[in-house]
Amino acid sequence: MDIYSLLIQLLNGVQYGLLLFLVASGLTLIFGIMGIINLAHGSFYMIGAYMAFTLASLTGNLFVAIVVGVVLSVLLGIVLEWALFSRLYKRDHLEQVLLSYGLILVFEELRSLIVGNDVHGVAVPAVFNWSIPLTSTLSYPVYRLFMSAVCLALAGLLYVLIHRTRVGMMIRAGASNREMVSLLGLNINLVYRLVFALGVALAAFAGMIAAPVSSVYPGMGTQVLIICFVVVVIGGIGSIWGALAAALLIGLADTFGKVLIPEAAGVTVYLLMAVILLWRPEGMFKRVG
Amino acid sequence: MSRKRIALGAALVFLALFPVAGSAFYTELVTKVMILAIFALSLDLLVGYTGLVSFGHAAFFGIGAYTLGLMAPKYEAANLWLTLPAAILATGIAALAVGVFVVRVKGIYFIMVTLAFAQMFYFVFHDTKFGRGSDGISMNFKPVAAIGGFTPFDLGNTTHVYYFVLLLLLGVFAFLRTILRSPFGRALMGIRSNEHRMRSLGFPVYRYKLASFTLAGALAGLAGYLSALQFGFVNPELLSWHQSGNVLLMLILGGVGSLYGAIVGAFAFVALAEIFQALTRHWQLLLGAAIVMLVIFLPGGLASVAGRFRRTLVGEADDE
Amino acid sequence: MKATRNIGRRCGAIAVAGIAAGLLLSAGAALAQQPKVKIGLMLPYTGTFAALGTAITNGFKLAIDESGGKLGGREIEYYTVDDESDPAKAPDNANKLIKRDQVDVLVGTVHSGVALAMSKVARDNNTLLVIPNAGADDITGPLCAANVFRTSFSNSQMGIAMGKVMAEQKKKTAVTLTWKYAAGDESVGGFKESFEAGGGKVVKELSLPFPQVEFQSYLTEIAALKPDVVYVFFAGGGAVKFVKDYAAAGLNKTIPLVGAGFLTDGTLEAQGDAAQGLLTTLHYGDGLNNPKNNAFRAAYSKAYKAEPDVYAVQGYDAAQLLIVGMNAVKGDTAKRADLVKAMEAAKLDSPRGSLALNKGHNPIHDIYLRKVEGKENKVIGVAVKDLTDPPRGCKL
Repeated sequence: MDIYSLLIQLLNGVQYGLLLFLVASGLTLIFGIMGIINLAHGSFYMIGAYMAFTLASLTGNLFVAIVVGVVLSVLLGIVLEWALFSRLYKRDHLEQVLLSYGLILVFEELRSLIVGNDVHGVAVPAVFNWSIPLTSTLSYPVYRLFMSAVCLALAGLLYVLIHRTRVGMMIRAGASNREMVSLLGLNINLVYRLVFALGVALAAFAGMIAAPVSSVYPGMGTQVLIICFVVVVIGGIGSIWGALAAALLIGLADTFGKVLIPEAAGVTVYLLMAVILLWRPEGMFKRVG
Repeated sequence: MSRKRIALGAALVFLALFPVAGSAFYTELVTKVMILAIFALSLDLLVGYTGLVSFGHAAFFGIGAYTLGLMAPKYEAANLWLTLPAAILATGIAALAVGVFVVRVKGIYFIMVTLAFAQMFYFVFHDTKFGRGSDGISMNFKPVAAIGGFTPFDLGNTTHVYYFVLLLLLGVFAFLRTILRSPFGRALMGIRSNEHRMRSLGFPVYRYKLASFTLAGALAGLAGYLSALQFGFVNPELLSWHQSGNVLLMLILGGVGSLYGAIVGAFAFVALAEIFQALTRHWQLLLGAAIVMLVIFLPGGLASVAGRFRRTLVGEADDE
Repeated sequence: MKATRNIGRRCGAIAVAGIAAGLLLSAGAALAQQPKVKIGLMLPYTGTFAALGTAITNGFKLAIDESGGKLGGREIEYYTVDDESDPAKAPDNANKLIKRDQVDVLVGTVHSGVALAMSKVARDNNTLLVIPNAGADDITGPLCAANVFRTSFSNSQMGIAMGKVMAEQKKKTAVTLTWKYAAGDESVGGFKESFEAGGGKVVKELSLPFPQVEFQSYLTEIAALKPDVVYVFFAGGGAVKFVKDYAAAGLNKTIPLVGAGFLTDGTLEAQGDAAQGLLTTLHYGDGLNNPKNNAFRAAYSKAYKAEPDVYAVQGYDAAQLLIVGMNAVKGDTAKRADLVKAMEAAKLDSPRGSLALNKGHNPIHDIYLRKVEGKENKVIGVAVKDLTDPPRGCKL
């Protein structure tokens, strides 16, 4: 592999990793701050992608679709937390696992009922629908660069939110000690609701911007969920930095694995996980708060 | 004779006589359920009695199935007495290897790493040449149960397979019951109630958990082997996390922490699935909604009231 | 307490009685005699191959309608199962049709992996199976059987044809890319066989799991390797995305892309400009000017308000084959040996041209070379005439 291809594959790996981070950050926030294991997180990614598809077909504009979609997913998150997840804080893990597993089935079938089971493409917005020639043979789609930029920006915003704002302080406090926080007069329920909605919105948003490059298909939620679990396991539950580092690591391992050892590409990521777990059973970084 | 004994006796007679009355299709169906019951029993050891919630148990089911698929020669039949122990052994070794990693962590971490390791095995069978890929492996011949020229039963015969599986189900049940009544089993239940206390009492908790994990895995491998034997076909989806989720659901339906519960749960799950499937194409919606309702609306948690399902059929409540 | 226990037992007893009654009823129903011919359609109606399943069904039913709506003088009862292109569910689905619904003929499917499982169940139960798409080489090779027929193709045929054409065009190096399953592996294998026999070399064989469509890293690798030609096998939704991604990466300007015809069949509308000029090989194409094809296309458009594609042709031919056989035995499916003999000897007038079956019950037909022009796959020549599979261990 010559140096240009190496650099481009690096770019591919980072782009994939950043997208994974977006989804995984929501998952690790919900884990770390609320202590809830939510298997349906991948479904939010899928819901986001299908929302992008239907809204973009209706409005003809992907950006409008994304804005509307984000609003809808925040609402979805609030409703879900209020109706279902708020009851799980004191329950044991088996029940959380089962409830969220049941939710996956519900979401998948609802999607099947409402939109059907076909594979759909989403058009890349015209403003980004061109490619930059990088080598004599290969051009790089600008939309992918846009995606990476957006993911990076969001990562930055997330950091600022968690570590530099009052809301972030409340969130971190709530993660450490829920009772104390409510004794201090803060509405911990509202904080939890917002965190959950934020997690849902992040996953859905990731699905929406990824839709043009990954296509919209039924199995997409499940696929991303498992990888995100690995990201969170490697990065450390509750740690945003961990999620970022792990997501990039996995993005690169997956991308290079596909072309260097095509046969074992799927296994590479898990071998990586096994190695890291040997070294650090609870992930690379400690949790937030 | 207690009411429970009568009900159990009736169930046993029903199972024993079923192939005589039912059609080939339904005999096969009940065989399939009994295999799932063995699978559920194996997980119950881990979840119900040791308190370790694994979301990757389907991996061991699949490894047992694939052992037969990979060992089966192309142009002749495999030998049952060779391949069955091989499957259990291979799965046990895999479970031991995975256990070494995962038993170190608890709670949410344990759930996630078991899921992740199961996915790894899934990809080994789905992607690599060794695993033969996403189409799975078709066995041209069913295994034969021959020992030195003498064949006690014919594994190509639906009824013979049914009784073979029934015997194994009873065997696994008896085996687990014995184990759980032994000091080893009591220690596992102690770990489930309070791990710190067991550790402070001097029990090598890690080793007990690892033993439980390995044993549970090996038994799941047995179930997987039987499944491959029944259909002559293995496929990576046997290791999918949907299977891992389904077997957990079986435990919940029947009552976690009860051996009878595991068996009843398997029947209940398949019955529910068949009923929902007959109702609508989108039956998974009903199943998912039922699961969500089950978790949310049962006060005092699931175990106490989900056991109601079991108690309705069996009679009295009895904690094994 | 006592009351609850009694209710519990009563419920339990009712449940058991209900289950037993249900089982006996269905067993009884299965034994009753049916004068209608039961045809089991096991095809994908959801997922990436949904459009193919629908086209096959349409073509099949069109042929039946054209012959009076009956098979060998008997009315038809259809049993349909959506196999979701999922090999894991295939044995269950096939068993349901064969054992529970007791179909006389099984027709299906699209996905090769599903078909492999299906054909095993059909062989085990000696049910007549006609395959209107899935091209797994082994089904009419080492796994061939008297009761299994195919009216589509075998996977390697398209690759063999294209490999020959590329070698004749003096291309020296190639890279292949496909989904990692039977259809993909065999198609690429066929290409490699004839391309290297003609003096070329396949420098790298890439693959990704079915049905994934994230191609970016593979496109980068192809660009780095700079082969003379790239041969791919994709179908349905995946084919649409790949052609578009290939163009978005600018590769279509420098490295020619060729493939089995499924890359551009039924997908041109969605692929648009990205597909223009692509060369593919298939046993069907647009502009085939024979009377049967013209009549077929007219009838299909009229009945279904859509243009037929190769999948519709294959479904149509599956029905034609059954019609020939059933007419020969006057609808008596019990006369299996005669039915099979008639089907084996059939020389069908197919929209693709003439169609005969080889010893393994696989089509012997012309493979055309096509080029995408506008919204059509224009036939520009015959890549291989009367292509029949090399012997692969069929013992029929």
